[in-house]
Amino acid sequence: MFRAIAYIARRLLRMLLCLMLVTVIVFCLMRLLPIETYFKDFDRATELQIHNRLEELGLNAPLPVQLWRYISELLHGSLGRSDIYREGHPVAKILAEKIPVSAHFGLLALCLSLPFGILLGVFMARRKGGLIDKLGTAYIVFVQAVPAAVYFVFLQLCGSDYLGLSILYRPSVPSSQILPIVSMSIPPAAGFAMWTRRFMLDETNKDYVLQARAKGLSSRSIAVRHILRNALVPLSQQLPGTILMTLSGSIYIESLYSIPGMGGLLIEVIRMQDNTMVQSIVLFYAFIGIVGMFLGDICLALSDPRIRRAPKAVDL
Amino acid sequence: MKKTFGKSKTKALIEAFLEEEAASPASNEEALKLFVSGRSGPEEELPLSRAGDSYWRGTLKRLIKKPESIITLGVLFSLILFACLQPFLPGQRSPVTINNDPVTGLQLMNRRPDASFWLGTNNIGQDLWARIWAGTRTSLLIGLAVAFFRNALGVLVGFAWGYIRRLDAFFTELYNILENIPSMILMMLSTYILRPGMASIIFSMCLAGWLGTARFIRNQVILLRNRQFNQASRTMGTPLHRIFLKNLLPHTLSIIILQFVLTIPSAISGEVFLTYIGLGLPADRPSLGNLINTGRMLIMSRSLRYQFYYPCAVLSIITVCFYVLGNAFADAADPQDP
Repeated sequence: MFRAIAYIARRLLRMLLCLMLVTVIVFCLMRLLPIETYFKDFDRATELQIHNRLEELGLNAPLPVQLWRYISELLHGSLGRSDIYREGHPVAKILAEKIPVSAHFGLLALCLSLPFGILLGVFMARRKGGLIDKLGTAYIVFVQAVPAAVYFVFLQLCGSDYLGLSILYRPSVPSSQILPIVSMSIPPAAGFAMWTRRFMLDETNKDYVLQARAKGLSSRSIAVRHILRNALVPLSQQLPGTILMTLSGSIYIESLYSIPGMGGLLIEVIRMQDNTMVQSIVLFYAFIGIVGMFLGDICLALSDPRIRRAPKAVDL
Repeated sequence: MKKTFGKSKTKALIEAFLEEEAASPASNEEALKLFVSGRSGPEEELPLSRAGDSYWRGTLKRLIKKPESIITLGVLFSLILFACLQPFLPGQRSPVTINNDPVTGLQLMNRRPDASFWLGTNNIGQDLWARIWAGTRTSLLIGLAVAFFRNALGVLVGFAWGYIRRLDAFFTELYNILENIPSMILMMLSTYILRPGMASIIFSMCLAGWLGTARFIRNQVILLRNRQFNQASRTMGTPLHRIFLKNLLPHTLSIIILQFVLTIPSAISGEVFLTYIGLGLPADRPSLGNLINTGRMLIMSRSLRYQFYYPCAVLSIITVCFYVLGNAFADAADPQDP
């Protein structure tokens, strides 16, 4: 128990360090941007206007001062104000509007992709080389090799042409959610299927399976009660990150179906060159990624005692 | 041999080495040549042989036995060759010329595919056929450049990371911190800051992936590090660059090639992604990402969808072929893999 706590504490410390480092790096990198990018029409602005605008944005102060100001604001829960997207509007408020929309779609898609992916992986592993395995492999190769930009649009076109579903998302029409959710679940389902299959096959060759077979257990109960449970351990590491990542939304899907979420917002602010917004969203994504990985490692350590027992994670 | 290795410790080491080598199919003489060449003498191929064939010959044999690798190799080879030769063929239009109607002088906008414009024209009257091939060249260039730079850096760092013990802790710590940042974010942020362009796109994609490659190579090097040929080289004071080139590189070459081949499609898809979020190349430099993005904006009108379909088809063929080829190569290079 003590070791488990020590492990979590160590991992927590690393995560905090990482969050701080990322904040500093992102902030400093953003300061590399030329000041022209903060103006709508830089060429026509007078020197005084430029000076005033930079003063207003706090960009005239030396870098450490700016950084300190930014971090202390961040700790108070403020992400600054939008420059262009909605001038003067607090970024945190804009994000608070967008995140629930993305989370709604992301969680529904996860509810679809997780069971489907794991089931597919189980069936693929049980009949290695069989028809399901071949079809599933083709599906995984397709998802990994063909760029998502291509098949998402094809799905949108097919759905709207042949199934008569709405081509864009309309909040008042519930059926217009079907296409985005189904499309969003396709790539993660392939990932889940691939990992489940691989971990199941790894486990199948171990001695305890042989023993279970010798005891006379049916192959179904071996697969479900022994192999799958062990195969899900490594998968549990990815799960928290995947759940958290739903908050960030899918960049492709949200802009294709014009869903007012985080992913669509990112594209919009990049096109408008709203530097503060880009910085905040990038930081938000990075934070989610880091926290997700932390939770994943904790999850793995809780489900597999061997990891927390080792004083230092043995990695090869 | 006697005069080269005088010390008893070295001698014992050599004997152990020879014993192990004698057990393997490689002959004693071959092993001896290899050993002496650590400091001087002709360079010999490392004895990786299996039952008569050399390692690479066997890999090649297994590779061309599979129908999918022959097909993908053929498709890729002809695609790349044609993309390079296309501008020099007779009757080709320039990808950036805006074509006007000779009678009315108006732009030939959105012309459906016909005899003179094989794949039609785009929304400002440029020849889609020429643009697709120009775009293929750009995308392939990006893919190759990213694959080269990312893997070159990754292999170099990976060798140092795995082989030199003192560096291990530093790079492992660096990796633990940097792996937390999603690579997509890194790619996006650096392109945004450097302003979109060919060089910045390539740089960003290398930045986002080199550490992963290095980690992968490092894990292979750790397995090789204390093999006896490396111990022998260390005992004899072989310089580091020689160990990297003669001891580590031959043993990791197959996974380096695999990484290289698989980086190309991911870089090409990465360019499509960056273009999609508005950080791609300018419109006067056709790339597959640009063409797909322009085509996507027109899909609402059914008659213009050809402008989306054609670049998509070319893009998908390229990425799928590279992906399948890479995996076929991995299977062929590592036959014990289940």
